[in-house]
Amino acid sequence: MEKASDRILLAHGGGGEMTSRLLATHVLPQLTNPALAPLTDSAIFMAGRCRLAMTTDSYVIQPLEFPGGDIGKLSVCGTLNDLAMVGAQGVALSLALILEEGLSTELLDRVIGSIKLASSAAGVPVVTGDTKVVGKGQADGMFINTTGLGQPLPGIRLRADRVRPGDRILISGRIAEHGLAIMSQRRGLRFDSPLVSDVAALAPLVLPMLEQLGGAVRWMRDPTRGGVANCLVELAEAAYAAIELDEPAVPISLTTRHAAEMLGIDPLSVANEGKFLAVVANDQAEAAVAFCRAHALGRHAAIIGTVTDGEPGLVELLTHAGGRRIVQRPYGEELPRIC
Amino acid sequence: MDPAVVEIRDRISRAARTVGRTATIMEICGTHTVAIFRQGLRSLLPENVRLISGPGCPVCVTCQGYIDAVVELASRPGVIVATYGDMIRVPGHKSSLEKARADGAKVQAVFSALDAIDLAKENPQQTVVFVAVGFETTSPATAAAVLAAEEAGLENFVVLPAHKFVLPAMKALLDSGQVNVDGFLCPGHVSVIIGSKAYELVTRTYNRPCVVAGFEPMQILSGIALLLEMMAANRAEVVNVYKGIVQPGGNVHARHLMEKVFVPSDAHWRGLGVIPASGMALRPEYRRYDGFARFNIVEGADYDPPGCRCGEVVKGLIEPIACPLFGKACTVSSPVGPCMVSSEGTCAAWYKYGRHAVARTIAKK
Amino acid sequence: MCLALPGQIVQQTVGGKATVDMHGNKFSVSLELVPEARVGDWVLVHAGFAITKIEESDARETWALLEQGGLAEELGIPDKR
Repeated sequence: MEKASDRILLAHGGGGEMTSRLLATHVLPQLTNPALAPLTDSAIFMAGRCRLAMTTDSYVIQPLEFPGGDIGKLSVCGTLNDLAMVGAQGVALSLALILEEGLSTELLDRVIGSIKLASSAAGVPVVTGDTKVVGKGQADGMFINTTGLGQPLPGIRLRADRVRPGDRILISGRIAEHGLAIMSQRRGLRFDSPLVSDVAALAPLVLPMLEQLGGAVRWMRDPTRGGVANCLVELAEAAYAAIELDEPAVPISLTTRHAAEMLGIDPLSVANEGKFLAVVANDQAEAAVAFCRAHALGRHAAIIGTVTDGEPGLVELLTHAGGRRIVQRPYGEELPRIC
Repeated sequence: MDPAVVEIRDRISRAARTVGRTATIMEICGTHTVAIFRQGLRSLLPENVRLISGPGCPVCVTCQGYIDAVVELASRPGVIVATYGDMIRVPGHKSSLEKARADGAKVQAVFSALDAIDLAKENPQQTVVFVAVGFETTSPATAAAVLAAEEAGLENFVVLPAHKFVLPAMKALLDSGQVNVDGFLCPGHVSVIIGSKAYELVTRTYNRPCVVAGFEPMQILSGIALLLEMMAANRAEVVNVYKGIVQPGGNVHARHLMEKVFVPSDAHWRGLGVIPASGMALRPEYRRYDGFARFNIVEGADYDPPGCRCGEVVKGLIEPIACPLFGKACTVSSPVGPCMVSSEGTCAAWYKYGRHAVARTIAKK
Repeated sequence: MCLALPGQIVQQTVGGKATVDMHGNKFSVSLELVPEARVGDWVLVHAGFAITKIEESDARETWALLEQGGLAEELGIPDKR
């Protein structure tokens, strides 16, 4: 008998438990279909005789420009990463801009410049778009929506139901850098920090890795909103398996870790924009780490845990101190706290 | 496992065996509760060592009537509520700041009381109401903010005082005779201000050992080891393992600021009721910064949601799983009581970090 | 009940405030509660206020406890100790 909230709260957009509940209660009951149902980063479906991957994402971020990137770069990389996570090479992008009255055109030019840079670096052009302007106060500077169309690599099936006890969990690099870099710029807690968002397009690492390792890679996700914690709890639930995480093995820079401590935030719940989690067969796990570490995007890749036949849906963390604790899905909005 | 952890674990086991009976240790501080769960420390303790959580989570001991007053003020035109992030989701009788914000109230999370001062300077047409909760670690900052407002001649800044002193609550718990506590793990950062000597009241009057500890696993574990060793030897002393951080006399200057602005007052604690001289009211010369007076409102009546047993949890009388709402009607994403809302609340810690372990324990029984 | 971490004062700014460095993250912190603190001193910070001066060795020990698990070395972060 959980009481339903009759208004949308900010926490409903946090990517955690509140977001899931919103979808499950208000969206999916009316819209579900076989392509949507798995709720993966991208849907894979047949268009005539052609297998296609498709994804869409809206970007609302403050500040619009942040250390390491801006909303433009984020909107290209984020959408291409959602394609990469199902093993698809991006083919085309759409770009919808919602601009707030009064936005500086210089800023707009810079954002479009980043979009151009990111899309040409990835070799995926923006092929269609739309522009709307709303009145002052109706959008926070600008919102961007991008849709990506991709071609799945043949023979690659990345799905939670292929995950088996004994498989290993790989992360491609240091966690929590995007979320904390953004937080360092937020009103009310601004601090000077060398933290830089990790926003990056992952396909140049992910697709060759999938080609080399083939079926040994069972599942992938990019741990954006809700961070590693959210992703792995969802995986444990979907795979009907338990996961054991090794805290000391989780790569994180000291600067990130200390910023998180200071703000009272669990880095496992903080967003990443240039990292992926993969489940890899045990006998190929070291090969996968080696493959990642040879690439600039995966230099700090590490095995951080194991899938077990424990209680389905349970993610446990073996802590630095040698204790055990449950990893929970974050609630939603991460707030700095004093206690 | 770290050899240092192995060693301390052995010390704990040896002392626990000597004690023999169940040894109940209360960690007063919510940050200790969370650290204990986050690091899974309970799993390292012998069965006869029982940790219970005390009244040291400011959110948990704040009455719903206070929350109701904050939410009501937030909904008034011309008011900006500035609050530590901890308070945003705490439900009052009808609503929370989070929900009031969705209805258009101006609520700003701040990291420091001085951010609230800046907010007042930036918004001269609005009145900034600072939600002043917390124990002695936090109240000197509020005092400094009030003095800064006075110095700047800032009239659009008020605080809603709900600060509390820790020692009167410890005393009230022991006096009530309801809770059987053998020793206290004392809050590291409150002690930075009040000093470790302050706990001599507890060791002398009540003959219970006290250890002041920091928040890292080794600090907490050595605190537990020392408490058990004192229990085994029938000694009740104050031992400070947070050396170099906590001084015997505390921060005299910070206490002076606190005393300049605040005067002890009777305060209502959720679950504990009214405890004499346990709260902090603004002194008459600073009363113009009192939000209750400025807006002519009073703290609403205390109210416990039906079935909610937070009051008993705060006192360490029951463990969260004994509450019929725990994990059912009351969860982290849909909290009923403050112990589930606060990130350092006992129920939230149990739910977030220990739920499955708890389920397994029940199954075994 | 209270999160607090050590940092080093790198600059005193206006209005009794200072910039405190916590492993590269620099926070603006009030020195109202420890007026005797100076540039170079280590302080414990809670909710934007320095609440006590501490010895450098104690600050480093707190950080070291935070860092246990050997992450610093593994990540190639220069160790200032």
